[in-house]
This record gives sequence, C-alpha cells and structure tokens, in this order.
Amino acid sequence: MGTSFGRGGATTFQQDLANSDCIVIQGSNMAECHPVGFQWVMEAKARGAKVIHVDPRFTRTSALADIHVPLRAGSDIAFLGGIINYVLEHEKYFREYMLAYTNAATIVNERFAGADELDGVFSGLDRERRSYDVSTWQYEGAEVQAASGKRDQLWAERTRHGVRQSGRGEAHGSGGAEIGTEPRTDETLEHPRCVFQILKRHFARYTPERVEEICGVPREKFLQVCELLTENSGRERTSAFAYAVGWTQHTVGVQYIRTAGILQALLGNIGRPGGGILALRGHASIQGSTDIPTLFNLLPGYIPMPHAHTNEDLATFVEAESAQKGYWGNMKSYLVSLLKAWWGPAATPDNEFRFDYLPRLTGSHSTYETVLEQLDGTCNGYFLMGENPAVGSANAKMQRLGMAALDWLVVRDFSLIESATWWQDGPEIETGELRTEDIATEVFFLPAAAHTEKDGSFTNTQRLLQWHHQAVEPEGDARSDLWFIYHLGRRIREKLAAAARDGTRKEADAERDRPVLDLTWDYPTKGRHAEPEAEAVLAEINGWNADAEPLSTYEQLKDDGSTACGCWIYCGVYAEGVNQAARRKPGTEQNWVASEWAWAWPLNRRILYNRASADPDGKPWSERKAYVWWDAEQEKWTGHDIPDFKATKAPDFEPEEGAKGPDALRGTDAFIMQADGKAWLYVPAGLTDGPLPTHYEPHESPFANLLYGQQRNPVRQLLRHENNRFQPSDGQPGADVFPYVLTTYRLTEHHTAGGMSRWQPYLAELQPELFCEISPELATERGLEHLGWATIVTARTAIEARVLVTDRVSPLRVQGRTLHQVGVPYHWGPNGLSTGDAVNELASMALDPNTHIQEVKALTCDIRPGRRPRGPERVELVERYQREAGITDETGTEV
Amino acid sequence: MTTARTPVDPAGDSGYADHPPRMGFFTDTTVCIGCKACEVACKEWNAVPEDGLDLTGMSYDNTVGLGADTWRHVAFIEQRKPIGRQDPGLHHDQDVLTMAEHGTATQPPEAGMTPTTPGAGDDFRWLMASDVCKHCTHAACLDVCPTGSLFRTEFGTVVVQEDICNGCGYCIPACPYGVIDQRKDDGRAWKCTLCYDRLGDGLEPACAKACPTDSIQFGPLDELRERAGRRVEQLHEAGVPEARLYGADPDDGVGGDGAFFLLLDEPEVYGFPPDPVVTTRDLPAMWRHVASAAATLAAGAVAAFLGARKGR
Amino acid sequence: MGVRQWIEGWPVYRQWTEKDPSGRGAAAKSRRSDSLRPRTDQADRVVKSICPYCAVGCGQNVYVSGEQVTQIEGDPDSPVSRGRLCPKGAASLQLTTGSAREHQVLYRRPYGTEWEPLDLDTAMDMIAERTIASRERGWQWEVDGARTRRTLGFASLGGATLDNEENYLIKKLFTALGAVQIENQARV
Repeated sequence: MGTSFGRGGATTFQQDLANSDCIVIQGSNMAECHPVGFQWVMEAKARGAKVIHVDPRFTRTSALADIHVPLRAGSDIAFLGGIINYVLEHEKYFREYMLAYTNAATIVNERFAGADELDGVFSGLDRERRSYDVSTWQYEGAEVQAASGKRDQLWAERTRHGVRQSGRGEAHGSGGAEIGTEPRTDETLEHPRCVFQILKRHFARYTPERVEEICGVPREKFLQVCELLTENSGRERTSAFAYAVGWTQHTVGVQYIRTAGILQALLGNIGRPGGGILALRGHASIQGSTDIPTLFNLLPGYIPMPHAHTNEDLATFVEAESAQKGYWGNMKSYLVSLLKAWWGPAATPDNEFRFDYLPRLTGSHSTYETVLEQLDGTCNGYFLMGENPAVGSANAKMQRLGMAALDWLVVRDFSLIESATWWQDGPEIETGELRTEDIATEVFFLPAAAHTEKDGSFTNTQRLLQWHHQAVEPEGDARSDLWFIYHLGRRIREKLAAAARDGTRKEADAERDRPVLDLTWDYPTKGRHAEPEAEAVLAEINGWNADAEPLSTYEQLKDDGSTACGCWIYCGVYAEGVNQAARRKPGTEQNWVASEWAWAWPLNRRILYNRASADPDGKPWSERKAYVWWDAEQEKWTGHDIPDFKATKAPDFEPEEGAKGPDALRGTDAFIMQADGKAWLYVPAGLTDGPLPTHYEPHESPFANLLYGQQRNPVRQLLRHENNRFQPSDGQPGADVFPYVLTTYRLTEHHTAGGMSRWQPYLAELQPELFCEISPELATERGLEHLGWATIVTARTAIEARVLVTDRVSPLRVQGRTLHQVGVPYHWGPNGLSTGDAVNELASMALDPNTHIQEVKALTCDIRPGRRPRGPERVELVERYQREAGITDETGTEV
Repeated sequence: MTTARTPVDPAGDSGYADHPPRMGFFTDTTVCIGCKACEVACKEWNAVPEDGLDLTGMSYDNTVGLGADTWRHVAFIEQRKPIGRQDPGLHHDQDVLTMAEHGTATQPPEAGMTPTTPGAGDDFRWLMASDVCKHCTHAACLDVCPTGSLFRTEFGTVVVQEDICNGCGYCIPACPYGVIDQRKDDGRAWKCTLCYDRLGDGLEPACAKACPTDSIQFGPLDELRERAGRRVEQLHEAGVPEARLYGADPDDGVGGDGAFFLLLDEPEVYGFPPDPVVTTRDLPAMWRHVASAAATLAAGAVAAFLGARKGR
Repeated sequence: MGVRQWIEGWPVYRQWTEKDPSGRGAAAKSRRSDSLRPRTDQADRVVKSICPYCAVGCGQNVYVSGEQVTQIEGDPDSPVSRGRLCPKGAASLQLTTGSAREHQVLYRRPYGTEWEPLDLDTAMDMIAERTIASRERGWQWEVDGARTRRTLGFASLGGATLDNEENYLIKKLFTALGAVQIENQARV
C-alpha cells in the first residue's frame, strides 16, 4: 500500500464502504473477523451494491455476498492479474484519472527487463545473494541518480551489502524516496518503455484461460467478476477492495496488495468515496504498532532505522533516505524532531541531535531471526507483551525451543498463556525433546491491566486514533504496559546512574549508557500505582515547539532542533493541547465522514489522496461521487473531508524550477507522499522483489508455475534450521507426499492466538475445540469421518484436529487435476477452556522479503484419519514423512 | 399477509390498563452473519451460565438449541442451493435432525454421486438464524404455570420470575417451541425475558443492541410487522421468492409471536415447528366452565402460592 | 411483611383488584419484578472506551458501580460501530472481570518445576538487573568494521494489542538501550 500510494495504511474508512457500488472482499473473511465493520458492507448491499467474496472457503462472508468465488489458496496474484489484463485489453481503465494521477505515462530506464522477458524474474537478480539490484528498475534517465552522485553509490552499496534485507519495503510506509528530478513521460502512452506499455506486456499472459487453470476459477465466473468490477468503476461509480492477512501472509504478500493497488488505480478508485483499499487489521492497534513501530526496521512515522554500512551520519542518512519532491522531502525535520523528543536538551545541532545514539541494523532482525539468535545464545533475554508466539508464530516449536535457550523471559498477559507455560507442559515436554528439569530459563509472569484499567489510544484499521479512558484501577499486581515500561526504564536508569557515580564503570560503559541516561524519561504519574500519565506521552508524540506549545501539524516541524515530535504522522493529535483522539461527537450529529469523532492520521484526513476525487481541474468527477473539490472563489480546496492536499494549492499550480519537497508538487499531484506525486502502477523503488506483481507459486505448492519458468519468489526469505525443513513442490520428487493445500484462518468466536478468547467461557463454548474443514470428496479419499479425528502432517510437525466435513470447502479443478484444500483455524493451544493443538506449528519460517511476514495462508500437507501419536512417536512420524519425501536441508531452498 | 383480523392485546388483557405498545423482536435472517454476538451479549447481561463445551459438528452451531442456559441460539444450515435465489425447497422427505447432526454437508459416500462443480461455488448457501423465545400471544407456558412465576408483562412479553418459580417444570412440555427449560443445578425454569429489566428503563434488549448487522430488530410489534412485510416484498421483487415470515401471523396456532422471523426456507430447516399450536388451546374454555367454582380456584391458587414460597 | 401486605400481594386478591382476569399479568407480577431496574441504571459513572479485540475499533461504554466494572456495551455514539459489538466485544466484561485473569506475579526459577509467587517490586528489580546484564553481554560496538552501537542481548515481542503510548515508550526505551530486535504481531 505504501509503495503504491505513499502511506502504509487503509486509503479509506469503514463507514464509506456504504457508498461503494461494488465491494470485492479478498484475502479477508470480513463478516467473521470484522463483524461490526461488516455492517457497512451490508449497508452498501442494501443500497444496491454488489458484494464479491473471493476466498478458498465458503465462509460467513460468502454467505452474505452476491457471489462467492472459490480459488486456490496462494493464487490471488494470478486472479487479480487476470482482471488487470482484462481491464487493459478491453480498455476499461479510467483513462483521464490514470493519466492525471498515476505513473502510467512515465518512461522506465532501458536497463529494465520484465518478468515477461526473463521468464519470471526481473532485471538485476543476483541468484547467489538472492537479491535484486533494484537500480535497474528506475525511471528513465541517469539524471535521476546523477542529481545526487552519492546516492548512486549508496544505492549500489545497499544492494551489495544486503541492506535490502533489512526490510526497506516498509520504510516510509513506503513511498519511494529515491526519485529526484522529473522523470520523462509520454502522455500518448505509446512509448514501449512507458509504464502503461510495460504493464500491458507484463499482464498479457494473465488470460482467463490461465486464471482458470491456476486458480481453479471457471472462466465464466472470472469474467463475471471482471464485468461487475469494471461496470461499477469510473466517473459515476466506484468500487472498493477489502483485504486482510489472507493477502499479507505469503512469501509474496506485499505484491498481492500491490496487484489490488494497480487495479484500483487503473479503475480510478483511489481517493474517491466508495472506493479505495481497506486493509482490515486483526488487533486493536496493529496499525498503531506500525505507525509507532514496535518493529525492528522502522522509527516512528515510517522513518527507516539507520543501517550500519551506510547512512553513517545524519546528513548522509537524510540525503539517502529522503525525497526531492513530496512530503518525504521534509524527512530531516521529522527525524530531528524525533531525536529532540527522545534526547531533549542532549540533542543539539553540534552533535547531530544525537543521531549516533540510534543503534544500527545489519540485515533483518525480525522475530524469526531473533529465534535463531536465541538458539545460538546471542539473545538471552526476551520480553513478551501481549503476544503468544508459542501458538501464534509460524513454526511455533522453534519459538519454544528459542525460549528454552534463554536466560530469562518476561511474559505480560492476562492469563497463563502457552508462551508462559511451555517449560511445564509444552508439546516438547510431552515428546521428550525437552525436560522441565533441564531448562535453565527464568520465567517472570506479570499480570497485565485491561483496556478498562488504563488510559490510552488505539489506532484502528482506518488510521483512526481513539482514546479509551481508564474506568477502574487494576487489581493485585496487574499493571499497564505503560506502567511496566516506564518503571523498568526508571529503574534501569537509576542503576546505570548509580554505577556511573560509583566510578565502577569504564569509559566505554559510560559511552554505552549515555543514550539511556540522556533519554527524556520524566513523565508525570498518578494514582496509587504511580501510573504514568498516558496523555503526557501523547503530548510528546504530538510534539511541541521551542515555547513548549503543542504543534498542530507536521508542516510546523523544523530541522534545526526547535521542535520536538515523537511521531510526525501523529502530529496534530494533541493540537491546542486537546486530546483530539478523545473527541466523541456522536456520529448521528455529523455527516458520514464524522471528522469530529476521534482523530485520524494524517491531520484528521479520512480518505487519503482525496485530491483525486476531483478531476485535474479540481471539479468532482461526477456529482454522485463528489468528495473534495477546488472552490475557485475562496481559492481553496473544500468538501466533505479535510483535503489530503495543501488547502490553497490551485489545481493549475506549477512549481518553480528547482523547488523541493512539498513545494515541488504540482496542483495535480494527488499522491503527495510520492516522490513524483503519482500513484505507482509500477514501483521503481521501495520493494525488494519486483516493480510489478508476478504470480509465483507459494513456497510449498503441489503445482508448477504455469506462467513462468520461475516457480517461486526468487528472493523470498528462508530461515534454515533442522527444525524448519521445507517440503518439495510440484515436479520435485516427494512432492506427492504432501498433496493437499493447507490454509489457516480465524473464526468470529476467537481472537488470534487465543489469549483473549480461549479463557472466556462465553466464547469458548461457541467454538470449543480445534477442528479442520474438508470436503466430502477429501473425506472419501482419505477415509475421514465427520467429527472424527484427523492428523495433519508437514515436515515440521503433526497435529490433530476434529474433522468437519463440509460443502463449504469444495475441491477445485487446477491444471487438470482435482485439488483438495484443508482449512484449519489457528486459535488454539493446550491452555485455557477451549483447547487444541497449535496449527501454526505446521508452517515454516518462509517469509515475504519486504515485510518478513510468514507464509501461513498457503502450504502443503498430508491428512490422515486418527489422532496423532503421543510422546516420541510424534517426532518419529514427522521424520518418517521427511524421509519418504526425501527432505534434506536443501529441499525447497532453490532460488 | 399479517393483517390483524382479531386484534389481540395481551398486556391489556392482563390487567395493564394503560400500557406501552407490545414490544417484540423481528429477526431478519437474511442479513444474519452468524457471529453469535446475540448469544454472548445475552449471557453477559443476564449472567447466564456457560452451557457446555462440546463440538457438535452441526456446522458452526455448538450451542445446539435454546435452553435454560442459552436464551439466544444461532442455527447454521448448509445447503446445496444457490446463494441468492432459488425455488422454495421442501424437505419433508428428509429428517432434518439427522441432517443437522451430520453437519448438513453432503455425506462422504455420496460425494462421488453428487460432486460439487469445482470452482463454481454458486450452488451452495449457508443459512444462519438467531432463535429466541417467541413470547407468544397465547402462551402455553404461562397458562400452565401454577405458581404465577410466569407472567405477562406490560410490554406483552412473557417472563419467568426467578423469585417465584419453584421448579415444578409444567411449563417445559407446554411450550410448542421447546424454548423454556429447567436449569440443572437450581431446578428452576429459565428463558429469554426480552430483557425485561432493560425495557423498563427504555433500553433495547442486549442481543438486539449488539447485533452487528441489525438482523435482530427490536421495537413495537406493529411496526416490526409492517417493516417485515415490506422487507419480504422487497426480497420477492429482488428475485427471492422463498422469503417468508414465520410467527408473524396473529391467526396462527399461538396467535402470533412476539418474536418472529424472516426465513429463506421452510421453518423445519431452521429447527422451527412448521405449525406450532398453543398446547393449552382448550384451556380457556375449560376455565370458563369452572368460573362458578371460584372458591375452588382460589384454594388452588393459595396452595400453589404457598408452595412457591416454601420452595424458595 | 405485615398480614395486610401479604394479602395484598396475594395473586388471587390482585387478580380481582387489578382487573387482571387472567391472573397471569399485572396480578402475577412479583415484588422483585416490580422493582427491577437495569444494573446500568445504578452505575456511578459511564466511561468511554474502545474495544480491545480487533481493529474495527468499536466504541464501548464501561459502566462502573462501586469501583467495579458492571457492564460493557457498545457506544451508540460511535460512527464506526453505532453501538454494536461482535461476540468478542460483547464478552469484554468477562475478559476484564472474569476469573481467568491472573493478579499475582509468578516466577519460575531456572530448572524449577513449579511457579512461585513473587512480589512485584522484587520482580521489577530482577528484570531491570537482567536487562542490563543481557544488554552488556550482547553488546556490539561495531560489526564488520561499521559502527552499530547496539545489543542483540535481549529482544521484545508485542505491541499490536497495546496502546500507542505504550508502544512509544517501548520503542523509545529499548532503542536507547541499543536493542534492535523489537517486534510485534504485524509480522505474525
């Protein structure tokens, strides 16, 4: 999303789905996983909208849709690519929108070669290093790099030393920061190297016939979707997409979303009411936890974490990472303000605002690499705060083995989740792989406070920050995580300061401790628990000027150290000293945009890129779809929402020669975060695995890639370990040992890894234990009985589940064969009231190279009747399967 | 349609001279997403105990039916019929209970004979419906209750008074829908109260308030019936001829329900009796016959009343 | 209860006096039923909140009586949720006030077979000590000649269920300590 449009967040808000003429839900089971948001889909349906659900299973979402399109798990790019091909071939795109607001006309440099020419890979692939030299994907003209000689060098440096692997895909969330001057364009769209022509060539092979063979979707059904979507897009009508982790949890997950992005940009559905792409997040503040990231590769506001080999000083870093044009041009202001928020008076111009205090990355440090570091002893302490990796993470066994290698582990949760008790009763204790008496790990379990027991804000799926007020004090030892981290920091600082006073610390120690001791860490506290004031933290996130007055917009941020701001995209949430996230003007007293209910980033804009809801001249594309427009009399943008554009910049504005940053944006550059102001159909920078989405088979697949010789994403991230063996795919010996496609999912009645639902009697009784869903045909094939037991096996482990035989999972016809899919919800573990094996034990650590997200939505497995073996025999069964399939440490690791 | 040819005023007939309009539920199953928020909201509000942790295999229905500890129940029916439209299906040749036990899916041995069309996915639908006490116009449970525990409220609803019920259990076989039920640990009878406590304060019942898609609608019964009638017409026009109301007809065997439903198939498919009849239909006539024997009646009432007091 | 009251409460008496010939309506209404009020009616305050489960972000009203949460319902004012909740949101009361919640710090010593209770203050002190120690053990001033100024000694996982303010302090403190392995469910 970030790479296509400029910001890593939903482009629209849930209520606006009601204005859609057609809603495609794909990679999401919205009715089950976001039931209350689904009311807006129902609202649209009641107004006559068509609802299309594309999903391997017939779910509660399908039940309410007009059309359910079952497809093979892991084939969405082929499906959506087919629609793009249909749109291009039948000229169903919204030409004026496309020309004005996308990079369709931009010409790409001649070093670029596409997947259509190179049999499934792009130019610049280094097979040895499993990475791309992404400079070959740039726009036309060496001047783009020449404008900044050093950047060229850094670029090469970056790709050579694997900075790429540090997950740049998410930085900037992720508007490409790399383009300098104006790229060359061809408004006739005829230049063979213009994005439009490249797109046409790239998607030409995604024909309805191929879609049918790859996805298992009959041609007629596919064409029905194409027609509905294109009929309901254009000047008068708009269509929306909603997706969730059904798209992200793949080895090519980001590109799934990119495909939808291209489609929506071609159809003119971005920035307009009833349009957009709604990313449906699973946790209360998952959007917030990437905006203010508890992620290794980002700083608050999608500023990338600096890397060790490059970006060694502030100036170089800013030069390399910021953009010439658009709002990333002001990155230095955002970063300096962050450093001021963290290190206050210690951060001065002379010391580069303590830029050197930031630790440096050397590659990926994702949660999965961390497990390997735990196993090799590098990482020996671990904090788990509201997360249950012993159930929720791919290859959960590795997570437990990692924890068993730690010196200490802190678990903060409501109940004794599996990640707290694995040493006592985990699966490895049962198999004998671990013995409680041999495990050295010290475990601290700290009870956490509930949302009713603390103040704070969640950022919901539509970038909306909503404040929850404390209702009561937490009981006993339960405390908020704010309390925990604040007091932990306070104690650590006291201990380090005391050691410094003692004179027992060496000089190097003192230097090491300075970032901690210089940190601004003096929040006011309240109540009998000395709870830090969450609003004081929010005020710091919002930022202030030199006079300690709250800022109201990130446009006020300065790069001279006179402003402080903890997260620039949240600047304005505490404007005028008022907690804007706590605003609660009833929805019934406002229009549907409800601008006075809470606060959305950025700057309370509810539909992003809404400049595009008007034509280049600033007039609404149609009365029916009017949203934001140019008021020539008042000389400003106005409308139902806050314009996502400089309010006074006229549609015909042309920047001065040499203008930089936001000033370089034209009056028609609706995508203001992008380095060229355009929505990116083709991504010249910011992604690690290709400028265009390409259908690759999942890391483990029973089918060959029909479109290219390249079977899988060549740069997918694989973590090799004896407990993380991969399975052979089609065409390799042993592939038939795991003949079925397995996909994981959630149910309405439970929440993610179950920590907040399996202990609740009212939820546990609604879905009391783990089950798997299979078709009657597969039941016959494998002798499985309804409500009987099944054992599901992969190269990682074997689990057992009760069997639900259901027509909701129907076999598909793929590449002339019948494919059976096995569906398993992943909420369970051995603890709590509602129990079952942890399904994510089955998955491997095979990740998307941009986001480091695991592929759990499509893998292969075997399924057999009966319960799984107990004790050591469980391990033996898996080993038997590995031998049968001829699995070695090399299997599945081919580029 | 449900034009009330015999206007019935249950609250007025029960001694509430100046009473609010009769309140009820209209459950439009065509927009139900089977989320079960109604079940949980009901339990949270009324502190109804958990009802057992059993995987039933009846699609996603693990609470099986209404009972003492389940006052809202969502049924799930999997059918090989198109999602949007279809001819009204009759299933009198099938045993729906057996079907439900097997999860209603095609049985594996039959899979070969009636294979699904791979990838088509248009010959399948999944019906969901949230069931609840019907709050009958002529309520047999109420008629047979010897203690006066069951009573008709000013809203025309039927409520068990937990301070009166002595657990005699007469009401249980009387209910034509099998709704009211005895709780094992305390022996008393329990069922939906239509959140009587909330109604008194102008609040809507917990289930209706939570319902994400407004499948459960609460309001004056007259209004609901009118709205439901319009919704059926709308569905018929949209090419869904099988849409029909259940329990909305004041001339049916229970005099119409205070909680009625819009269904997409025969009532049996959802587990509803096709033609419910108040089990005490002949009782009023009998009572008129014994009206002269008031003393006997009073004595009986006293006995029952005292019995109830002792039972507490 | 006086005799008069007792007689007045007698259903048959009320059946005639309250014009309830059925004897199953007004006349049968018990004293408890008559005085029944919703428990939310007695709340000392109603606190505005947001559902902690998924990212739809439903508004919640939290009812508090005597410093206890007695009910959690959807907030009809919310333009996002319009007062509605899913089963999980509707179970928020059980989540926050149910018996499944732990309220005691527990400690498992190395090679231990059972949990032991530990007081919070001691636990916090021990955790601070261990964080400092692991940080030093895993410290890297540089890697392959490039300055890193970091530690791989400890890691953190979690955040998507936490508040923005909590995530902010986690990122701020751990980054200042030099930790880079800071992750959350966005990956999982």
